[in-house]
Amino acid sequence: MPEVRIERLAKRFGTTVAVDEVSFTVENGSLAVLLGPSGCGKSTTLRLVAGLETASGGRILVDGRDVTGLPPPARGLAMVFQSYALFPHLDVARNITFGLEVRRVPKAERAARLREAAALLGLEGLLHRKPSELSGGQQQRVALARAIVAQARLCLMDEPLSNLDAKLRQEMRKEIRELQRRLGMTMLYVTHDQVEAMTMADRIVLLKDGRVEQVGTPAELYAKPATLFAAAFLGTPPMSLLALEDGPEGAVVAGSDVCVLPGRPGRGRVLGLRPESVRLAREGGHRAVIESVEFLGADSHLACRIGRERLLVRASGHLDLSTGAEIGLAWPESAVHLFDAGSGRRLEVV
Amino acid sequence: MERSIQAIYGWLLALPACLLLAAFTHWPALASFLDSFWSTPKGRRPSQFVGLDHYRRMLVDDPIFLQVIWNNLLYALITVPTSILLALAMALLVNERIRARGLVRLAYFTPTVLPMVAAANIWLFFYTPGYGLLNQILTAFGLPDTNFLGSRDTALWSVMVVTIWKEAGFFMIFYLAALQAIPPVLEEAARLEGASHFVYLRRVALPLLMPTTLFVLVNALIGAFRVVDHVVAMTQGGPDNASALLLFYIYETAFRFWDTGYAAALTVVLLLVLGSISVAQVRFLDRRIHYR
Repeated sequence: MPEVRIERLAKRFGTTVAVDEVSFTVENGSLAVLLGPSGCGKSTTLRLVAGLETASGGRILVDGRDVTGLPPPARGLAMVFQSYALFPHLDVARNITFGLEVRRVPKAERAARLREAAALLGLEGLLHRKPSELSGGQQQRVALARAIVAQARLCLMDEPLSNLDAKLRQEMRKEIRELQRRLGMTMLYVTHDQVEAMTMADRIVLLKDGRVEQVGTPAELYAKPATLFAAAFLGTPPMSLLALEDGPEGAVVAGSDVCVLPGRPGRGRVLGLRPESVRLAREGGHRAVIESVEFLGADSHLACRIGRERLLVRASGHLDLSTGAEIGLAWPESAVHLFDAGSGRRLEVV
Repeated sequence: MERSIQAIYGWLLALPACLLLAAFTHWPALASFLDSFWSTPKGRRPSQFVGLDHYRRMLVDDPIFLQVIWNNLLYALITVPTSILLALAMALLVNERIRARGLVRLAYFTPTVLPMVAAANIWLFFYTPGYGLLNQILTAFGLPDTNFLGSRDTALWSVMVVTIWKEAGFFMIFYLAALQAIPPVLEEAARLEGASHFVYLRRVALPLLMPTTLFVLVNALIGAFRVVDHVVAMTQGGPDNASALLLFYIYETAFRFWDTGYAAALTVVLLLVLGSISVAQVRFLDRRIHYR
């Protein structure tokens, strides 16, 4: 199984830069997710790796071999497309074995590999149906089977779950991850859904405007977002970001006299707090006004205001609080994230 | 009450179309069918019931009819597949990213938008013996001068060439539209699986174009039996009926020889041919090649 190294990969369409010097590594047999909002260059990066687009610069190494200039079939990879790209005139079996037939794999072996892939994805009963006679989830499985049957060393996935409903998506997430582990595939997976990224990835490559924003495990990205963008993109609900100002005793939340970082400067800095690390203080704490309360069952989301800034608090259970009430909020020092407002970079809390 | 008013509205709205269809399609077809059993009225001798006499005459007594049918079959057999294959090839070409693609598309489509008489005049010039373009080329290579439209051996073939030239561009538009309806991701998927462009065309694109091929095929076949303008403009069926086609023969029988009874019987034959093509389409082909 190959290791994939991307080195300063670039793609320009005319004057627009779609992928800007992107570098990252996907370990052997691991699953890496390219995550980012639409238009961030994640799909283009994947298509560059697949060979469906030609790179304007940089290198793609699979298992140490430079494949940047090779045509797609020479790269030894399989791909699952967002729209599944099943051939509408072929039945499920012929769709799965299309590549094997094209590559002139002997008939007996073709049949054996088809059986194996179909069993793996529970498609045995559907082999003679046409794609139009399948549900979205089943079509997705056929696309997966087609990727698996090739026994490719590397599997690329371009938002494979975005056409499925929420419940099915959750199931398929688990299933794809299990399959990837079981077959020891190296997988590069594109999504804009941070939940998908968090639950599936060994490593996340977070992209924004064609550049790598941060690379790391889901836990690393969550615990230590390197930029304001990473902080706001990961987590549901996302991290609250509060602009700071200089106050008499230290940094205060903009538009208030609530001192959150005593003895330290506030101007040009942004405070980040995860909703779950803020709690309601029994007494004292930082004063805030409740703007709205959302009861979700297991917990409640409180939208609070301090000065000009808003702060989300996740509290367990049902709270008997009303809009407009003043409360005290507290959080441990370790929960504080600090960013530079200008560059968006993470600052160490000193 | 409400419902009956609705129904009246419905009928009123449908009325113009119903009237037109009945007056100019259904009634003439039925009348031709009935007339085909009656003799042509002449002077003082009124029309008489003759049963299947006209049909017997076609098969036994009318070598021109047999010649015309044969001509028309040959015409369909050659022009339909040739123009379809040509249309497909042209569509595949102009669907690629080639240079001056718009211009090439336009060039291919030009023959279709030319009025038939204009096109016929161009080709009449090409075919002219002596100084026509084709004969100038032939004589330049030391080949004998040929009267393309005036000789029994070449007249029908010369008309066929014009038909193919004119139809292929028209059918190309359908293929081009169908090709552009195929999601590009299918070719990408095929490429990743190791399929060359040729393999993709043969195993994915062509099967997906089958519904279009059927549509074009049926239209081309029906068209081949309805052709009259090419013949009128270029050869008048001659020489010696070598380039006469069924509809042209019907026209001549009805409006030059005024043998309306026989012309009605010939029309019924034409309707049968056209009807059976349509039935064949619906019955056999339609079901087999639609995927979605």
